[in-house]
Amino acid sequence: MIEAADAAEAAGHGGGSAGSLPNPMHQFEIKRLIPFELFGIDASFTNSALFMVIAACAITLFTMYAMRGRALVPSRLQSVAEMSYEFVANMVRDNVGTSGMQYFPFIFTLFMFVLALNMLGMLPYSFTVTSHIIVTFALAAFVFLGVTLIGFWKHGLKFLKFFVPSGVPVVMLPLLVVIEVISYLTRPLSLSVRLFANMMAGHTMLKVFGAFVVALGFLGGWAPLAFMVAFTGLEILVAFLQAYVFAILTCIYLNDALHMHH
Amino acid sequence: MDPSAAKLIGAGLASIALVGAGIGIGTIFGNYLQGALRNPSAAPSQFANLLLGFALAEATGLFGLVVALIILFVF
Repeated sequence: MIEAADAAEAAGHGGGSAGSLPNPMHQFEIKRLIPFELFGIDASFTNSALFMVIAACAITLFTMYAMRGRALVPSRLQSVAEMSYEFVANMVRDNVGTSGMQYFPFIFTLFMFVLALNMLGMLPYSFTVTSHIIVTFALAAFVFLGVTLIGFWKHGLKFLKFFVPSGVPVVMLPLLVVIEVISYLTRPLSLSVRLFANMMAGHTMLKVFGAFVVALGFLGGWAPLAFMVAFTGLEILVAFLQAYVFAILTCIYLNDALHMHH
Repeated sequence: MDPSAAKLIGAGLASIALVGAGIGIGTIFGNYLQGALRNPSAAPSQFANLLLGFALAEATGLFGLVVALIILFVF
């Protein structure tokens, strides 16, 4: 990923067609904060890792601090924590059913982690971890592997029936089974690319319009600035929405594995 | 033709994917509004589905953007 970022940067500079505008892809550059090598593998502590640690700490501190009182009539902070709990709990209950509530801690962690990373990325001069496909793909791959293992664990080899649609003529089956298997295997890809592409496209666009504001100066810069303000609002919505979509699709995949409805 | 020019044209062509995303998002919100005006009491229960559909439709357009970026920066 570091090499890819370097290559992207080199390509961006090499083109030179952007003129004097700053390269909007610079914000995605991964920097080694503490260089560290483990058995020949580059395991440096990067700015990406730093923001993941910040997100994990922020969620932990927020939930622990907000729930410290455990008041019957919640304070404002406690009701925010309770609302986020109930929001995810309802999502799991509606999409997976009560039998899926044993997986609630995982979905809640996933949702809060992605949400915190997306929201931290909205702060100026911060780094958006979810704008790198390797991070989102790792998340999605673990969801995919876990859900598939749960499916085989719950149903045994009968889980393979999931790929055979019911009520279809036998002649069509060879074609449809292949399509079903392919569509199942592309799930981690679409899950990860959706989050990554949304975050990266949004942040690139914000940077491009930010450069317009600077380039047009004090007289002409107000029009792109107004657009930027509106677009930042949209980006905050998208940051929440993508975390929500990531969590709800995990719920839907989990429901498929647990109940095999088709 | 200069290979770098072909690269730029390819990246531009890849962004045509946004046409489909625009149609999809328009269809989703248009149909939601139509349904919500016909039966306003059922509208709030479908708001989550609206957001899910919006995010799914928007993502397909962004896949095109990813293709464009791959053409620009990887090759």
